[in-house]
Amino acid sequence: MRTSPAFRVFRVVMLLLFAVFFFGPLLAMLDFSTRGTNGSRTWDAWANLVKNPELNRAIVASLLLALFTVVLMLLLLVPTMIWVRLRVPRATRLLEFLCLLPLTIPALVIVVGISNVYQWVTYFLGDHVLNLTFVYVVLVLPFAYRAIDAALSSIDATTLAEAARSLGASWGTVIGRIIVPNIWSGLLSAAFISVALVLGEFTIASLLNYENMQVVINLLGKSDANTSVAASLAAIAFAFVLLLLLSVVGRSRRTEGS
Amino acid sequence: MASRTLRVSLVAAVGVAALAACAPPAKEKGSGGSGTDAATATSAADLGGMGALVKAAKKEGKLNVIALPPDWANYGNIIKTFGDKYGIQVTSQQPDAGSQDEIDAAKRTKGTDRAPDVFDLGQAVALANTSMYAKYKVASFNDIDARFKDANGAWVNDYGGYMAIGYDSAKVPAPKSIDDLLGPKYKGKVALNGDPTTSGAGFSGVLMAAVAKGGSADNIKPGVDFFSQMKKAGNLVPVDPTSATIKSGQTPVVIDWDYTNAAHVNDVATWKVALLPNVDPVGGFYYQAINADAPHPAAARLWEEFLFSDQGQNLWLAGGARPIRADAMVKAGTIDKAKYDALPKVTGTPVIPTTEQTTKMSDYLAKNWAAAVK
Amino acid sequence: MSRLARLAPSVALLPFLLYLTVFLLVPTVTVVVGAFAENGRFTLANITALGDPVTLAALRTSVVLSAVSAVIGATLGAVLAYLVVSGGPASWLRRSVVSLSGVLAQCGGVMLAFAFIATIGFSGTLTIWLRDHLGIDIFGSGWLFALPGLILVYAYFQIPLMVIVFLPALDGIKPQWREASVNLGANGWQYWTQVAVPLLRPAFLGATLLLFANAFAAYATAAALVSQGNPIVPLLIRSGLSSEVLLGHQHLAYALAFEMIVVVAIVMGMYGLLLRRTARWLR
Repeated sequence: MRTSPAFRVFRVVMLLLFAVFFFGPLLAMLDFSTRGTNGSRTWDAWANLVKNPELNRAIVASLLLALFTVVLMLLLLVPTMIWVRLRVPRATRLLEFLCLLPLTIPALVIVVGISNVYQWVTYFLGDHVLNLTFVYVVLVLPFAYRAIDAALSSIDATTLAEAARSLGASWGTVIGRIIVPNIWSGLLSAAFISVALVLGEFTIASLLNYENMQVVINLLGKSDANTSVAASLAAIAFAFVLLLLLSVVGRSRRTEGS
Repeated sequence: MASRTLRVSLVAAVGVAALAACAPPAKEKGSGGSGTDAATATSAADLGGMGALVKAAKKEGKLNVIALPPDWANYGNIIKTFGDKYGIQVTSQQPDAGSQDEIDAAKRTKGTDRAPDVFDLGQAVALANTSMYAKYKVASFNDIDARFKDANGAWVNDYGGYMAIGYDSAKVPAPKSIDDLLGPKYKGKVALNGDPTTSGAGFSGVLMAAVAKGGSADNIKPGVDFFSQMKKAGNLVPVDPTSATIKSGQTPVVIDWDYTNAAHVNDVATWKVALLPNVDPVGGFYYQAINADAPHPAAARLWEEFLFSDQGQNLWLAGGARPIRADAMVKAGTIDKAKYDALPKVTGTPVIPTTEQTTKMSDYLAKNWAAAVK
Repeated sequence: MSRLARLAPSVALLPFLLYLTVFLLVPTVTVVVGAFAENGRFTLANITALGDPVTLAALRTSVVLSAVSAVIGATLGAVLAYLVVSGGPASWLRRSVVSLSGVLAQCGGVMLAFAFIATIGFSGTLTIWLRDHLGIDIFGSGWLFALPGLILVYAYFQIPLMVIVFLPALDGIKPQWREASVNLGANGWQYWTQVAVPLLRPAFLGATLLLFANAFAAYATAAALVSQGNPIVPLLIRSGLSSEVLLGHQHLAYALAFEMIVVVAIVMGMYGLLLRRTARWLR
């Protein structure tokens, strides 16, 4: 049945329809953003991506936010997960529950209740858009946890750790020089997904009145629709490239590492 | 084992709740630069005159303003003129924010260098937050009628306007009465600037329709019914009119303040603004106030002096708004006569609701607007 | 080993726990407490306000939007996942669809809203093409900015999410089962209705629930698309927080947020139960 001609035709038609639905809007965005006056084509809107100072500031802010979020997430999550796996296995269920909790508590709810916490953050660190890093780490936790957990499960961490400890390595060496290099693909995976999420985040930034990239794109839409569509398309394309790189990296690691 | 986990989690939950309750942090007032004198000055004289105020402001060198779109009553020009004139760097935050967002931002960034120094607020929010303002009387304080200011200078009306209908004269005919907007020529073309339960301009737009259909500041129902009719006829577009929607032709008819409507001439050359003839116009003033915890108190006070000076008032007039000192300036001959005469003519008694009337009308809208325009 | 020595390794978990407490648990507790309080006093007024016609209408629209987009996303996503699986485990089709789905499932919010405005908005590419060449006006009176439009836009990220979540379940259907059923005399239709579908049903239902929760909690797309009106709960929250006309409604926003937690928690709880059932077959 699987290779019957009827099924093959059905498959081609359905895939074509899906392709139209998913790629159509992307092409429309390209058309919309390059529209000039009287039916001409112009790249002005795309030039604005580098020329518009507000948009530039916001793009830089979002990229920095992505970087800081990944760093803080890795610092916080990786040692904790490795430690739990090696030394406190009873806490696995608790850790999993806590890391998946942000999936159940919508970002909108978090931002409604977080203004007090952010008053403290502003008190200590001043009012800067990079303060969003702290709440973004919470948002990326479920995705990062799954990626790192998958990588940790695929290596026999306990045996590696025991072997290293019996050779006299400290716990720091075990974590930093034995385990981490072996879960590199999982870490990269977590990093890429976090970057995609941070770059696309709008809810918390807009309701806390910070100006990250998505907030400024939305704002631009009110005065200059072409530029905001160009910026949206650029962001989608960037995320696509990122996740494509991720799938390539993941594959190459699997072929050489195992 | 399970009961121990339960006990531990209960203790943890109570602890977290307690933490959340005592979350409001102790805030010391940020030593806002040099201006501890400026922070308590209630007039320029307190600091030793205008010259001293200018000097103190220049020393601070910065000013944070919030929620001032560049094409709203010519604020873009006003900010630039002020910055150039005094060499002060003005940071214009969140130009798209509403009045409530201004107050929220001030509360959230209290004590930091980025807190807003001054507010420009709609009536409801302005009068609900008077404890946040510093008392200050500008040099021209006495020019302003007592109705339009707080006696101690906590807030002062700065400019006002009337609800009007802006339209692209190349696409639709001029509306002669409000019922014209129900006609086939306006199908899919009319937009209200904001949801009336969220935006002051939207609220006043519905009030304008109410007054035109026989209602008043005590009875907004006719306005809600009118918009319901417009929605059913397919004439009402459920979209916020912006520069982009006006340029693209999506919203060729906009119900908004006359001064914000006037700015759209920069988007579409054939844009015209008209008040409804033979209908009492709905008016509204905005409120200027200085943040009591302003990080740059001298610059904030200088900004107020600038706004209420002849130069500042004329800049607002250039944006199509009616400056609060217009009458005094007409008498003194300092008003920009050409622009003043070009303002849309007003007939009838302006309708300006009181706080009580506004609250009653808002409650009615909260209950009935969503269903009316579904 | 003494009690203390046994607990010692757990100390290393403290930084993580502390961080989560501050940035996740405290906001959640603040919302729950705030739903039941006003001006520092316990009150049920905000909870009862959840029963007002306006808030109920928003809840109803939210539920309808989430349910319809979940069902559409689940059905079409399952079809797409099946098409991908039938191409073989390492085909280029599978790799590209999975990568694309990864991007598109995250690509919500503002970018998606502008994508659809650029396609079927007032001056959208498709709108203009249809208007000029076929005389059809698909924009009409702006259905894109109301419930039908939201359903269409939500489908754009629900379908890829379904592909990602459902693919492992489809992978778990071993070809040996098919061979075994053929050996026992079943035809294709019987194999599907009596073997494959019952095995896939928990995973399918679970994934649908996940899509429902995802749509219910979504804010950014609707916020960017709908500028007037608050037809769904998240937009009502936005209005409660930042309205300059209805003042003092912040605690209603807390109550609405509490309502959101309750709905999403229930749905995710059911999803967890179904996940445990499917895990049995996917080993």
